[in-house]
This record gives sequence, structure tokens and C-alpha cells, in this order.
Amino acid sequence: MTPSVNDEELARTTPLDQFDVSRPELYLREGLHPYFKRLRDEDPVHYCKQSAYGPYWSVTRFEDCVAIDTNHKVFSSDASVGSFVLDDATLNPVVENGLFLPNFLGMDPPRHDIHRKVVSPAVAPENLERIEPLIRQRSQKVLDSLSIGETFNWVERVSIELTTMMLATLLDFNFEERRNLTRWSDVVTASPGDGVIESWEQREKELRQCEATFQKMFAERKAAPPKSDLISMMAHSPEMADITPEEFLGTVVLLIVGGNDTTRNSMSGSAMAAHLYPAEFEKVRSNQALIPSAVSETIRWQTPIAHMRRTALCDYEFRGKQIRKGDKVVMWYLSANRDERVIANPMAFIADRKNPRHHMSFGFGIHRCVGNRLAEMQVRVLWEEFFKRFSKIEVVGEVTRIPSCLIHGYTSIPVRLSK
Amino acid sequence: MPKIKYITHDGKEYDVDAHEGASVMEAATSSNVPGIDGDCGGALACGTCHIYVDPAWFAKAGTPAQDAEQEMLSLLDNRQDNSRLSCQISMSAELDGLVVRLPRGQH
Ligand code: HEM
Ligand code: FES
Repeated sequence: MTPSVNDEELARTTPLDQFDVSRPELYLREGLHPYFKRLRDEDPVHYCKQSAYGPYWSVTRFEDCVAIDTNHKVFSSDASVGSFVLDDATLNPVVENGLFLPNFLGMDPPRHDIHRKVVSPAVAPENLERIEPLIRQRSQKVLDSLSIGETFNWVERVSIELTTMMLATLLDFNFEERRNLTRWSDVVTASPGDGVIESWEQREKELRQCEATFQKMFAERKAAPPKSDLISMMAHSPEMADITPEEFLGTVVLLIVGGNDTTRNSMSGSAMAAHLYPAEFEKVRSNQALIPSAVSETIRWQTPIAHMRRTALCDYEFRGKQIRKGDKVVMWYLSANRDERVIANPMAFIADRKNPRHHMSFGFGIHRCVGNRLAEMQVRVLWEEFFKRFSKIEVVGEVTRIPSCLIHGYTSIPVRLSK
Repeated sequence: MPKIKYITHDGKEYDVDAHEGASVMEAATSSNVPGIDGDCGGALACGTCHIYVDPAWFAKAGTPAQDAEQEMLSLLDNRQDNSRLSCQISMSAELDGLVVRLPRGQH
């Protein structure tokens, strides 16, 4: 155990010009909220001169994050000028001649729009109605395998398993080989020595396997009549004519990466909220019409993606601060979702909150999460099926979190269930 | 109070009395008309308040005023010529009796 650090105290006494809210240890110990609160109150558009990722601006209020997110003509997410996350290396090529996976979260219009339209129908509510029964059936199986009274890691047994199944269902991926999806999602964002891969060459090799697998699926589905899975819908989409094979892979990988850690941590966050707010959990259990609202609240309260970043394409004055061309601008969704100016009693999980959908977790503007209704459906199905089997979740051991300022979530949550 | 008729994709009708100045999105969400989500609260930032303006009302309420609305609309997969984002239609006496149709879902 690390000696306990008093973040409340530090956030109060550290001079603002020394604030760096990107430090991984703050996320490991979930200590960032007091720093964000001080930034929202005293310096809502804050410049950090020095960090592991170089200098960057922090935008911490809800309305300001919306303003940046919707101003894509000035604040670009295009890979050619930087990245959509603070760390430039994420999803960008690192080795010379390395596999570059262009993806539309890292594109500005007009390229962005073409790619987005290719996948959007597959995750639209109409299509989700078609895949929900299979997702439910698979979720039921996972929940049926959990024993009452036994201690287990919710992240492994429930969050990862269900997310992987959800993605396999969406893509109609060989079900027995579904863990490949989780592996590729980890590999694409990995760097040597981080426990996932040993070398860049290994990353390259595994991604080539991923490429080959999806190219094969694409060719098979193009030759077959259209179905409701994502690959088939892409294969039969007229917009695909404008997309290169590398861009196809980039898009598929974006869906796997984009859907993976995020949905996983919404499900992990569900267990944490159920444990920390038993009265709210009970409210939902006794009135299950509240489930959709509780699902949105879980996604807000957890905020699985802590930030998105943009790069300024020109000098721009924002809330009295002079942002320069090329500056990195970080929208801290985790802070926006705790902004008391927009969300009442924001630290608390409130299952029947007024306007539960009005949160920042999916972003806003042209890049707003295209998989939002799929994620909500999977988490809703989890809660619905959970209540049919169990009445309580308790966290019974030490919770470990991910030391990352991007993925806000957990590696381990030991839990026990009761009937 | 100007009236709005919402018709869902499966033909159910909802009649709502809107406050003058309220948007067609707000009038729906505050009266629990299903089928309009309005996730961003009217900031032209989410596209989940998509509706189709009835042909009879197209001249008065069919044309987006801002480029930003065009841009958000262009990303929707069930977009038609009479598509609007309903948070951008402000109710007035002139629009009394407005008829709008709702898509199957919002995302
Ligand atoms: C609770 C779960 C999820 C959260 C919190 C989440 C969050 C986000 C965020 C913050 C963005 C960027 C928004 C912006 O820059 O304004 C995004 C974009 C995206 N998400 Fe999600 N996501 C989730 C689930 C999913 C799922 C399940 C999929 C697909 C299977 C998915 C696919 C995507 C894609 C493709 C984009 C890029 C959209 C674009 O650039 O137009 N996400 N998501
Ligand atoms: S409510 Fe978000 S665009 Fe209309």
C-alpha cells in the first residue's frame, strides 16, 4: 500500500500553475476530483506548462467542453495534426513503415462523415432491436455461471466477458475465438514492455493477423446476401466504394477499441455504484422502469473516457485565454460530468435523476459516440437479467483501478452476490 | 398556447400544448412524448431530437436556419429532405397546429 495522500489538502494548497491532472497516479487512487473542482471554480481554462505529454490546456466545465467539442473547424481531431487523445502515440504509427490504422475519430470532415455513415446504420436502434435477443441470451449464460456467496472478480467474469460477447455479436465474429477481439483491442493501444507486447514487431505481427481475419470476413459477407451484422452492413454499403482496405481495418479496430474499455467499465461502474449506493440500487430493483435512467446515470457517474483532446488549427481566444495554433486542448469529460453548474449534486449516484441523459460521457458534436445506444442496451440488459437472479452486490476486497488519464476504470473488483 | 401533433413511427399520435418560445424538442420531452431524446438539451450537439416536418408545414418549418444544423443532420442515417433537429424549431402562434413525425429511434 502507498502511504495515504491527502488530495483534498494538496488540491487546496498546490499553486494552480503546478496543476497537472494527467498524472496516472491520480487515477490509480481516484484522487482527481478535488483538483478538477478547483480548476472549475478558479481556472476553468487552465494551461499546464509541462507534463509527460508536453504542454496542454485543460477545459473542465460542462458548457466549455460542449463548446470545444462542437467547434471542430477550430479544434481538430485529425491524426495529421495530432491526435484525439492527449498522448500523440495512441493509435498513431510508431515504427517506420508500421501499420497505420486510419480511423474516423481521428479525421475531420469530409473523410470523417463518409466513414461514420458506413457504420452508423449497424448501431442504430432499428438494427439493435435485431441483435438484442442474442445479446440477452449470451448475457443470461454468463450470469447463470455466477455462484451466490462466492468471491470473484466482477471485471473478469462479467464486464470483460459480456463486452467481448457484445462485440462478437455485433460483428458476427467466430464466437469461440472472441477473445481475439479483446486481445487486438489491447494490442493496438499497447507499447513494448507494458505487459501486453514485447516489441513493436510483435504488435505489427498480431495486427496483420487481425487484418487478415477481417479481410476474409469482409470478402465472405460481400459475396453473401446482406445480414444485420456490422461487417456485412459495411460490405454492402454504397459508401464503402470510397474506402481503402487499410481504412476498413482502421474503422473495424476503432469499433473494437471504442466499444471495449468503455462498455467494460460501464459494467464495472454498475457494480461499484450498486455497492456504494445500496438505497439507489434498491430503488431500481423495486421499480425496474427506472433501469434506463439508472443506466444513463451509471455512464455519467463512471465516465469511462476521462478526456478527449483536440488540436487548435489557428490562434483562438477562448474564455479570455489565448490558445495558439498547434496547442493541445483537453476536454475533461470526467470533470464536466461533475460540474455543479449543470448537474445537481454531481458526486452522487442518483438512479432517478432528472434528465439523466444530459451527460458528457459520449462527447458531443460530429464525433459524438456512434455506439452509444448499443452500450446503453448492453448495460440495460445486464441490470435486467441481474435482478432476475440476485438482489445485492457487495464489494468485499480491494478495488484496483487503471492508472490512466484516458480510460477511467478498474482492473479488479472482488464481489459477492446474494439471492 | 400553440399546439403540436407528434406522430410516432408506428402511427401513435400525441397532442401537446407548447409554451410560446419553447422548442419542439422541449415540448416533447417535458410531456413525455416517446421518441425524442434530446440528449444535449438543445445545444445542437447530439442529433437525438430528429423529426420529419409534415409536408403541409414544410414551408414554415422545414428549412434549417444554421449550417451547424445541416452538418449534424447530414450525419444521420435516416435523414430525409424534411428532416429537422426539433430543438431548433421555436414554437410561436404562427406554428400553431404543427405536425411532425418521429423516426424509429434516435442515436
Ligand atoms: C459506455 C460506453 C461508451 C462510451 C463512454 C463511449 C465514449 C465515446 C467518446 C467519448 C467518443 C468521442 C466523442 C467526441 O470526441 O466528442 C466516442 C466515439 C466513438 N465511439 Fe464510443 N463509447 C462507448 C461505447 C461505444 C461502443 C459500444 C462502440 C461501438 C461498438 C463505440 C464506438 C465509437 C466510435 C466508432 C466513435 C467515433 C465516432 C466519430 O468519430 O464520429 N463506442 N465514444
Ligand atoms: S437536442 Fe441535441 S441536437 Fe437537438
